[in-house]
Amino acid sequence: MSKSGLLKSTVARKVAMALSAFFLMFFLLQHLIINMTSVFSAGIFNELSHFMGANFIVQYLLQPVLIFGVVFHFVMGFILEIRNRGARDVRYVKYNGGASATWMSRNMIWSGLVILAFMGLHFYDFWIPELKVKFIEGDWTGALTKGGEPIRYFDHLTHKFVNPIRIAIYCISFVFLSLHLLHGFNSAFQSVGANNKYTKGLQKFGVAYAVLVPAGFIFIALFHHFNH
Amino acid sequence: MKVTLKVWRQKSASDKGKIETYQLAEVSEHMSFLEMMDVLNEQLITEGKIPVAFDHDCREGICGSCSMHINGEPHGPDRGVTTCQLHMRMFKDGDTIYIEPFRAKGFPVIKDLVVDRSAFDRIQHAGGFISVPTSGNTQDANSIPIPKADADKAFDAATCIGCGACVAACKNASAMLFVSAKVSQFSLLPQGKIEAKRRVLQMVEQMDKEGFGNCSNTGACEAECPKGISLENIARMNREYLKASASSSE
Amino acid sequence: MATLDAKIPEGPIKDKWTNHKNHINLVNPANKRSIDIIVVGTGLAGGSAAASLAEMGYSVKAFCFQDSPRRAHSIAAQGGINAAKNYQNDGDSIFRLFYDTVKGGDYRSREANVYRLAEVSGNIIDQCVAQGVPFAREYGGLLDNRSFGGVLVSRTFYAKGQTGQQLLLGAYSAMNRQIGKGKIKMYNRHEMLELVKVEGKARGIIARDLVTGKLERHSAHAVVIASGGYGNVFYLSTNAMGSNVTAAWRVHKKGAYFANPCYTQIHPTCIPRSGDYQSKLTLMSESLRNDGRIWVPAKKEDVMAIREGKMNAVDIPAENRDYFLERRYPAFGNLVPRDVASRAAKERCDAGFGVNKTGEAVYLDFASAIHRYGSEKAMISGEENPSESRIKELGEAVIESKYGNLFQMYEKITDFNPYKTPMMIYPAVHYTMGGIWVDYNLMTTIPGCYAAGEANFSDHGANRLGASALMQGLADGYFVLPYTIGDYLSDDIRTGEISTETTEFVEAENAVKKRVDGFMNNKGSKSVDHFHKLLGKVMWDKVGMARNEKGLKEAIEEIRQIRADFHKDVMIPGEPYEMNMELEKALRVEDFLELGELFAKDALDRTESCGGHFREESTEVGGPQDGEAKRDDENFAYVAAWEWTGDPSNSVVHKEQLTFNDIELKQRSYK
Repeated sequence: MSKSGLLKSTVARKVAMALSAFFLMFFLLQHLIINMTSVFSAGIFNELSHFMGANFIVQYLLQPVLIFGVVFHFVMGFILEIRNRGARDVRYVKYNGGASATWMSRNMIWSGLVILAFMGLHFYDFWIPELKVKFIEGDWTGALTKGGEPIRYFDHLTHKFVNPIRIAIYCISFVFLSLHLLHGFNSAFQSVGANNKYTKGLQKFGVAYAVLVPAGFIFIALFHHFNH
Repeated sequence: MKVTLKVWRQKSASDKGKIETYQLAEVSEHMSFLEMMDVLNEQLITEGKIPVAFDHDCREGICGSCSMHINGEPHGPDRGVTTCQLHMRMFKDGDTIYIEPFRAKGFPVIKDLVVDRSAFDRIQHAGGFISVPTSGNTQDANSIPIPKADADKAFDAATCIGCGACVAACKNASAMLFVSAKVSQFSLLPQGKIEAKRRVLQMVEQMDKEGFGNCSNTGACEAECPKGISLENIARMNREYLKASASSSE
Repeated sequence: MATLDAKIPEGPIKDKWTNHKNHINLVNPANKRSIDIIVVGTGLAGGSAAASLAEMGYSVKAFCFQDSPRRAHSIAAQGGINAAKNYQNDGDSIFRLFYDTVKGGDYRSREANVYRLAEVSGNIIDQCVAQGVPFAREYGGLLDNRSFGGVLVSRTFYAKGQTGQQLLLGAYSAMNRQIGKGKIKMYNRHEMLELVKVEGKARGIIARDLVTGKLERHSAHAVVIASGGYGNVFYLSTNAMGSNVTAAWRVHKKGAYFANPCYTQIHPTCIPRSGDYQSKLTLMSESLRNDGRIWVPAKKEDVMAIREGKMNAVDIPAENRDYFLERRYPAFGNLVPRDVASRAAKERCDAGFGVNKTGEAVYLDFASAIHRYGSEKAMISGEENPSESRIKELGEAVIESKYGNLFQMYEKITDFNPYKTPMMIYPAVHYTMGGIWVDYNLMTTIPGCYAAGEANFSDHGANRLGASALMQGLADGYFVLPYTIGDYLSDDIRTGEISTETTEFVEAENAVKKRVDGFMNNKGSKSVDHFHKLLGKVMWDKVGMARNEKGLKEAIEEIRQIRADFHKDVMIPGEPYEMNMELEKALRVEDFLELGELFAKDALDRTESCGGHFREESTEVGGPQDGEAKRDDENFAYVAAWEWTGDPSNSVVHKEQLTFNDIELKQRSYK
């Protein structure tokens, strides 16, 4: 690696941003797949959830990487945004950005911030209770009940999707995630230098990913909201 | 036709500058945008006012001098043209037209619509060349055949006129399209491959020093580029940069 | 009066340059470092000279008025660059390139210089390819060539429609390398306004920083002028708005002779003027004449109907069209040289057959080519009985692949679709063959002052062939000047740094300051452009494509009058010590107003017709060449080098007799 340090140059930072994005997009996909099982079978969903929540490798190797990835992605996002704003110290009186670039591409910081805020809610809803059960109460069985009723994983999930306001926030957040991905998916490939004869096809795949993955999450939320 | 012009006036680099409004009563739709500016200046001179300073030279879209941001877009609303090739038929009678200099920290305003683009020159000094003596005792031009596809791509990258519209259009004022076009041209040719690593590292380093923003792949540069330089070049530069920084011994 | 010494080396023409190089003095590398050279202009000639000189070890200071050396007007050259490589195996050779260039120049260029140009032409291509210039290539990976402007071989190398830009970027990249090393100190946005002579030698310049307006003194052991041509004396030309004669004219006024100012090239295929506000003319590449047919209506009533918008060009049947080039020059047809094509178009328009509102336009029609290519294409792809519209579609695709960007440019400017209606074109001033007189070493009549590229007069005679301007600029800058300048500088190794505090520098600066202050304090009422346009109109009407004694005499008087009015009534707003573009223009137009007169005077003196200079009095009468230009080799086979004596009307002509030992003088016939 060059002594200038990989993360010092604008190009390298964008590459790092893209690599973290790839990781997060992969994570998102597996998250969706596991969640989707909740639509078909509470049992499978609970089993998979328990595995993810209790497995040593997932918990102590992958989870820290994930946390690092998330934090890195948004911290780097801010760093890039600060430089970008500084790169035009005097603003245009009239700037018609929409004439040459999509709304999504010009507003990654805003769609990103909505997603970040959503993650706060998401952690509050699911991750913090998880931590509480596992680390404070010390129950690693995944079989906790309350008044005889199971309250973990599937039941926790359906319980959370009762409140229509929460559902609305979820849906809006996923729309923003979709907007973020509509630019981000292909942008990440471009940043790592992949622009070739496959790009056209990849772009279509990117649009499909960016629409279907958030739509999947929305579907799951709505499904449980209306079925339980 | 009649137009109202909102023109950025700034006496010098240190002046704050502001928008001034001018009316032009007789503008022909066949005029080029710069000829319309000539008419404005002629009018200002007869009124005893200071004419608007703007860069222009060849007026046929190849020198890259003209640098106006018109109604929120570099080189105005038309595509694939520079300001000098923009014609007034793109506007309607009664239109209000905003005219500002290209704006970026790397392009400080000198006066009115004139900006200092020497940052581009300095990036080129850092590595925008092939180190070959000008003796003419180089090998015969046909001794290294170059696949036509590579030569064509190198040419497409080399058509950049260095006007800076990419920087002006980019919401991040990033110079990646310009720099990548030069990096691409040389990295596609066998003659340029020898110094490719050093070139890309040094040019990117200089680009960063000049204060240009990051590329966030919005594609505005490609859309506004009067020569249609492709985003592929940016991807190519990213690849070249990765390769170079991974294997560079410095 | 001392005759001019061109310092042409002895010996057979093919050995002159080699022998000369072998015998001129060299400067020790250690000494080069302490020798400064100023290069004014950074186009192909200036840029390549600056890069080469810096690489050799000299300390170079390069000046350009643009904001970057890359924007010099060489960038606008479209077509290509000639070189005697014979890659196409069509019998090309150095001699043939030499011969074509001398013949194309109507036998008014210096043999030895042209031979040298042809000799180094191949090196230019090698050099440029090594620098990464992306020339067009064939599928086999080798360089492609095309044929150009009335020669019989394919020797033109090209990079689509922007060969000039690619070659200039090559020279600019070579400069960048030296700027990065500190060997070239680059002065962007600086304009040379005076030459400084010390003890008779060129020792520096006074330049104005166009951003701050400050006058600066720069010293050097030699000064190279590579500031391009003076076509803008016509106001409307294909030159860039900033192209000017000032550097060359200032050198002339300090003692450098100005040669053949009347030799101007009028390019036949430019987009016609559309109104009085017009600021410049746009060239369409000459290559269009390979496929376009030039015509005007044969009947006056059709012309009128077209001008009034009642009729379209496509409505005129073939029998009512006058394909005047094909009619007059059946052998070369639409591919006659530039000067011939331009004059023929003017003749038709003067006779009242011009096809636009100004009456100054002829058609360049691609319909036949579209039909021909379309039919061929259909045949190749095995389409039987294709419909007319299918043929058109196929043909248009072929034309698009060849000239797409030119067609697009035409449509952007005129709003007419040239695939559907014929293009309208008219000749425009394009290149000036005349310039500062130089000897074989490219040194002017001022010791230590050199001129290269379009700024000098040397290689194109009275008419320049297509694709040879780029060749000359780069030959001068890369391969000629760097050697010949050493011969002169070898005497300067002990001179040391030249002080800018001497009286010569102070006086030169004061002289410039006086001019600047004169303009700023002038209480006039009219803009600089007003006078420039007046000058341009006189030049175009009376010193343009066709000239006669009466018109030239009138022109001289009128130019003198405009010059007087200019000094009385020009107004420059703003301040001198800031960016002031009106002041920049005034300083340039002042020089154009003097040059314009010398130009007309030279044209008046030369009563023959040759190349771009056409005297109506000197035409062939009777015979197959009736009405064509008539050259007078007996009386005019010389270079007219003018010496400044205080006023253009008093300029004194010095004649350098041209001798042709290796080429026989013949009439140029394209019939």
